[in-house]
Amino acid sequence: MFSDPGQPVEGPLVIPGGPPLGIMGPGPRRQPLRGRRAIAVSAVSTVAFLGLLAALFFLAPGSAQVRRTFFNLPDARTAFLGDPQHGIFSVGAAFVLNIEMFLVAEVLILILAMVIAVIRQLQGPVLFPLRMLAIAYTDFFRGVPLILVIYAIGFGVPALNLAGVSTQKTVVYGLVALVLSYSAYVSEVYRAGIESVHPSQVAAGRSLGLSQWQSMRSVVMPQAVRRVIPPLLNDFISLQKDTALVAVLGVIEANRAAGIESSTDFNYTGYTVAAVLFLALTVPLARFTDYLIARDRRRRQATTAR
Amino acid sequence: MNVGKPPTSDQALRLEGIYKSFERNQVLRGIDLEVGSHQVVCLIGSSGSGKSTLLRCINLLEPVDRGRVIFFGVDISAAGTDVNAVRRQIGIVFQAFNLFPHMTVLQNITLAPIRVLGKPRRQAEEEADALLRQFGLYDKRKEYPDRISGGQQQRAAIARALAMQPRLMLLDEVTSALDPELVAEVLNVIRALAGAGMTMVIATHEMGFARGIANRVCFLDNGVILEQGPPEQIFRNPQQPRTQRFLQSITDAGHL
Repeated sequence: MFSDPGQPVEGPLVIPGGPPLGIMGPGPRRQPLRGRRAIAVSAVSTVAFLGLLAALFFLAPGSAQVRRTFFNLPDARTAFLGDPQHGIFSVGAAFVLNIEMFLVAEVLILILAMVIAVIRQLQGPVLFPLRMLAIAYTDFFRGVPLILVIYAIGFGVPALNLAGVSTQKTVVYGLVALVLSYSAYVSEVYRAGIESVHPSQVAAGRSLGLSQWQSMRSVVMPQAVRRVIPPLLNDFISLQKDTALVAVLGVIEANRAAGIESSTDFNYTGYTVAAVLFLALTVPLARFTDYLIARDRRRRQATTAR
Repeated sequence: MNVGKPPTSDQALRLEGIYKSFERNQVLRGIDLEVGSHQVVCLIGSSGSGKSTLLRCINLLEPVDRGRVIFFGVDISAAGTDVNAVRRQIGIVFQAFNLFPHMTVLQNITLAPIRVLGKPRRQAEEEADALLRQFGLYDKRKEYPDRISGGQQQRAAIARALAMQPRLMLLDEVTSALDPELVAEVLNVIRALAGAGMTMVIATHEMGFARGIANRVCFLDNGVILEQGPPEQIFRNPQQPRTQRFLQSITDAGHL
């Protein structure tokens, strides 16, 4: 956080040499009785709420039918492991492809989006065409639905018959489409982060003799990236799910494998399995990011000595 | 204390007819100023009189509209000046410290010597440690700015500027954002700097401090230097009615 004296300080106030006052931010727990009561109340309300949802589900007129078609354990097993003899692909194995697409795309997006965001921030009339190009890029790829980009790249580029370019595996085209589309969104996230860094930080960097590029790299970007980690993660959870869209090119990833299973067994449980797999990937990532953010904030702003 | 390079000219800085406006707001309207080597010049005047803008024009953070900035005999306001090279030699300390919050105190100080001067990390850290010891901040070297007091932050910011071994230091109301009890520790550092012969231009509201440290005091009013002279003359016997009124208001507020 930029240390402007006008802004309230995060974390508990401390008198030098004295105990934390705990006026602003979380101080030490001093009222265990009230705390224990709060936990009890929230536990009861959670149980009541979940019970209500469960009752609604189980008492619905079509409950038995839904449970049979969406939550069928033997089918879940078949869907997860696959059944090659009946032409059923393993959703679990196919999901590995989703993870691979996600991991490769994420790295490429982080790089491409940062390049675009930095280009948009560069000063100087000479770089005007570059800035225009960056703006046009974000406008275009944010404006076109991802699925159309996937179709255009996945069917258009192979049809061009370009040596080396048009003979890639189908999944590569899907990957390129994901990277092109998401880089436009993520570059805007970066840009918001860059613009949130107070100009006085750049002034401080430049006044020390850092060049425009050096102050961007050492002063602005590290602060900008820290601030946009939550929205970045948001986009990446979205990306993890959108790897399923590459299925429209015929790539057999989790969603496609689940579709094959469900149309073979006349049962939607395969989709449920795919959904659970996606959740198993996204939820831990969200918690891990929360942890990273909290740790970084503690390190920079906690007032108690280590 | 870090004195910087030996001067090559008796005159460290000369401003000739500096004009600067933002949009339609004329902030500086013809400033002429000379600062000799090892001299301390204090700029006083009410908020909005142009003190900060003048300092930012000197180290080229703001381009001047008209006029010349001569730094050790070189016109640095001329087109084609390597601004990064100039800023290496002019340190500035800001009212709000402007430390980099994502770096430790030590990293704040070593960043520019490593990246700009190309010093090896070890050498930069040794030099930074020496500065931190002088400033009583050695035990805070691994702390992040938000975890130390305002006075400590401002001393770290001064150390950061000094690590570049500047030939001129600009201080922009460096104690205005501090709690009263933290002001003295920062002023003492600046007094020590002046004692070591650092050339400085200081914008300040601390009149007692200005009186004690300055070779010359300039009263800025509405974008011009209305009156300047030795501190005793300005504070004891101001000639201009506006200077008298300004000093009277400061006295009424108990700052003198």
